[in-house]
Amino acid sequence: MSPDNVALHCRNLSVRFGGVMALCDVDFRVVQGTITALIGPNGAGKTTLLNVVSGLVECCSGTVGLLGQDMTRVPAWARAQAGVVRTFQNLEVFTTMSVLENVMTGAHRDVRYGVLGALFKTPRYFLEERRCRALAEEKLEFVGLFAERSLPAWELPYGRQRLLELARALAAQPQILLLDEPAAGLNTRETQALAGLIRRIRDELNITVAIVEHDMELIMRISDAVTVLHFGQVIASGAPFEIQKNPEVIAAYLGEDAR
Amino acid sequence: MSSTLRQLTPVAAFFLLVLATPFLLRHDYYYLSILTMAGIFAIIVLGLNLLLGFAGQISLGHGALFGIAAYTTAVLTGTYGLPLAVGAVSGVGLTALVAMLIGMPVLKLKGYYLAMATLGFGLIVYIFFNEAIGLTGGPSGFVGIPVLEVFGFVFDSDLSYFYLVWSMVAVALLTSLNLIHSKYGRALMALHISETAAQSMGINIARHKLFVFVLSSVYAGIAGVLYAHYLNFVAPSSFGFHFSVQLITMVVLGGMASLWGGIAGAVFLTVMPEFLRFYENLEVIIYGLILILCMMFLPKGLAGGVCKLLSNVRRRFGREP
Repeated sequence: MSPDNVALHCRNLSVRFGGVMALCDVDFRVVQGTITALIGPNGAGKTTLLNVVSGLVECCSGTVGLLGQDMTRVPAWARAQAGVVRTFQNLEVFTTMSVLENVMTGAHRDVRYGVLGALFKTPRYFLEERRCRALAEEKLEFVGLFAERSLPAWELPYGRQRLLELARALAAQPQILLLDEPAAGLNTRETQALAGLIRRIRDELNITVAIVEHDMELIMRISDAVTVLHFGQVIASGAPFEIQKNPEVIAAYLGEDAR
Repeated sequence: MSSTLRQLTPVAAFFLLVLATPFLLRHDYYYLSILTMAGIFAIIVLGLNLLLGFAGQISLGHGALFGIAAYTTAVLTGTYGLPLAVGAVSGVGLTALVAMLIGMPVLKLKGYYLAMATLGFGLIVYIFFNEAIGLTGGPSGFVGIPVLEVFGFVFDSDLSYFYLVWSMVAVALLTSLNLIHSKYGRALMALHISETAAQSMGINIARHKLFVFVLSSVYAGIAGVLYAHYLNFVAPSSFGFHFSVQLITMVVLGGMASLWGGIAGAVFLTVMPEFLRFYENLEVIIYGLILILCMMFLPKGLAGGVCKLLSNVRRRFGREP
């Protein structure tokens, strides 16, 4: 266990919602430069874990280490500014804005001018806006949404909105990208394209990816490591082929009788 | 750059219209003074629209913020005889400061709760204006606010004040338009639609809400200073709950998240009652009826209505060879 190449390290995380123990003493590690999957049956606590990592839910105990720093008490927006950016299971696209504006919003932290620069449109404003727009267009090109850039976001079909969320997250230039069920609601062809895209995010953009997903085929195809959650606890973690054969995992997914 | 040009064309048209208005009205000072008031309200509405229409945060305390600026400059220049510049700057500055102190705790609330809290703030300020008789003159008002004078030019005519107020409207409009086309504008719209997504993009929500609240209070403050030195008299009843609600109505009637609509709403709601005066007893009923009809048939306000009309016209002309 060498901490210098671990991008994300959660230790002994516990989260309680009233009487429900959503996460219990969970350890979750994502090694730099990998695609690490988080799987488990419905209600296992996968999204909760992602929420804790991105700072939307506070943990009752445990620590969240991101990029070599303890960020357990850091607010969500500051984690995003530090380079931990996520997408959402239930799309959170800025519907009334254009596709391009959505992605430009993703680049928020990288656009450098002050309030006065904005109010009076200083030369710096034009310079930075042009740079931001170019960055956004580059990310739209990357996910294949460039042609739709001036449409209002709500006009995009569901699958395209998923890609828009991805482009928006990429525009924030993250070091760690958290994907919450990116393939949900996509058809087979779209899922395949997504798999290629996620690999390119790792290989071309050098972004570490943590992905929560139900689509086993997708997980097995793209991930370097898999962690399995069941009733808020980690029951296995390792390489995809090991996980596939792990009897505890099979039991969790198919029920005790299948053992 | 062409997009900047496209933005500037309506602004230039707006300028020309403002310049021409006194001549169109044949220097009828009665109507000119009404439009001056409408301009003062339009400045507040522009700021309130940034807060309500773009960032989605309600405030029922903007009447009070407007009043704080008006009373501050009134007391400083009227009672203490300080220079007008001091009165104006302190008026706007104190308003912004109060907005910041109130905004920090209150903006953590959402929806109805935020409405209630800002309403409470407005009521407290209103009671203060009424009860601090030694300072404000109490319910009977504050008399003797000096006439505005800038670099030796005295704004004592209706015409000069009309131009002064409407050039401030133009400045407020331009800066607001600039703001919404910047990263701040995008951040405000983003947190309006989804706070979760906005903060996950690295947007500090609390800070942006406070920023837009204070900015809108600056607009209200500028309007308050202009108001006090225009009427040379202020009374608490102009800054109460009723006025705050009227401001919200101007934003909604004009069109949420449309800066042009906000101006239209302010002018419409200020001018309309003057025309309804002819109907005497029926005035209030007709006023209410017009509001209801507007909201039924123009859910996106006057601005939305005009946009729809324009696109219909364009489509009809587009179809013909």
